[in-house]
Amino acid sequence: MSGFAAMLRRELRLSLRGGGDVLTLVLFFIIVGAIVPFAVGPDRTLLAAIAPGIVWIAAFLAMLLGLERLFRPDHEDGALVLLRQAELPLSAIVAAKLIVHWLVSAVPLLLATPVLAVLLAMDLDSFGRTMISLALGTPALAAFGAIGAAVTVSIRRGGLIAPILIAPLSIPVLIFGVGSITSPQSGAATLFLAALSLMAVALAPFAAALAISSAED
Amino acid sequence: MTDRQVFSPLRLSASGLSCGRGGIALSTDIGFELANGHALLLRGPNGTGKTTLLLTLAGVIAPLAGSFAAEGADPDTRWLHYCGHRNAIKARLTVLEDLSFWAEINGPTGMAPREALAEVGLGTLDGLDAGFLSAGQSRRLALARLLVSLRPVWLLDEPTAALDTEGHALVTRLLDRHLGMGGLAIAATHDPITLSDPTRLGVLQLERAP
Repeated sequence: MSGFAAMLRRELRLSLRGGGDVLTLVLFFIIVGAIVPFAVGPDRTLLAAIAPGIVWIAAFLAMLLGLERLFRPDHEDGALVLLRQAELPLSAIVAAKLIVHWLVSAVPLLLATPVLAVLLAMDLDSFGRTMISLALGTPALAAFGAIGAAVTVSIRRGGLIAPILIAPLSIPVLIFGVGSITSPQSGAATLFLAALSLMAVALAPFAAALAISSAED
Repeated sequence: MTDRQVFSPLRLSASGLSCGRGGIALSTDIGFELANGHALLLRGPNGTGKTTLLLTLAGVIAPLAGSFAAEGADPDTRWLHYCGHRNAIKARLTVLEDLSFWAEINGPTGMAPREALAEVGLGTLDGLDAGFLSAGQSRRLALARLLVSLRPVWLLDEPTAALDTEGHALVTRLLDRHLGMGGLAIAATHDPITLSDPTRLGVLQLERAP
């Protein structure tokens, strides 16, 4: 257990001391949302209608941006080979990385969502549901992202391939994520979103660990 | 040598081992036997597969042919340290944080991290951002990782690269003590290594595959 805690500590330190990394994601998230009113025009009813979709797309893109940091630095400096030899199982190492990845890339987006809500003329009710849906759905995005990043880590320029692998997996998350905000059966969609996240988070560490350990260095 | 034997009996044996990258064999028909307290030096010109052989032994690359076995190794624990030519040191962590992290996830069974840092000559730099270490100092930090967790087998890839004369002596001293404790080591190096007991040292000459 102390090994798992040490892994969490190391990842948190590396991410938070990285300086602008977290801020870059948040700014990207806000910018994607902020350019929409300029592109579709300042029609408040239209904006409010498409706002949940825009927020989810912005969150999806911003989380893709952070995926490169998950395994690639460790692969490049040789740490990944050593992590494979660690006493702590590789799946636990990946789980720790996944938790920290969610903490430093999804939580800041949640905190920045009020800004987008104002820009996109959301009402208070759908803003509340957006927060819940993002909080429940982003773990699934992070988990699928971790699988994609693990599969492509040993490929040079694999960072460009990972999104293509992840996109089909993420489509259900987007459908139920937006559904839980706008659909008349939003309760059922929210539950399904939570189930997706639970399943993805439970399976991803094992799948990603398998991908890493079967890749040749 | 009257050191305490720390490691249980272990025998590494390889026969007919052929390893390579991308399906192309670099070195073929490698065979050796190694018992507790002995080290094997891999020699050979560049491109003869020394690093590839070490990665194969570490289980990172699958061998093209042949077999490698460790008799007596406990299957439930990790029994080898791989020290590659990349040092796996993270900027933004201090020297002590980096070493303590590896001690935690590999099991703090060896020296305390501060003690290990003093041993490799980084005792006064524990609070420094590891990204500021020179090439030789990074190498010393990578070697310190071998000391904080006890594992019987060391696989060393160019352990003396970027090290000064005193650093060469350090590698020799660490190897001497590790073998004295009953450890085993396989090292790829171009530098001469003189152990206090030369009978412990074997040499495996790698040739380019035809």
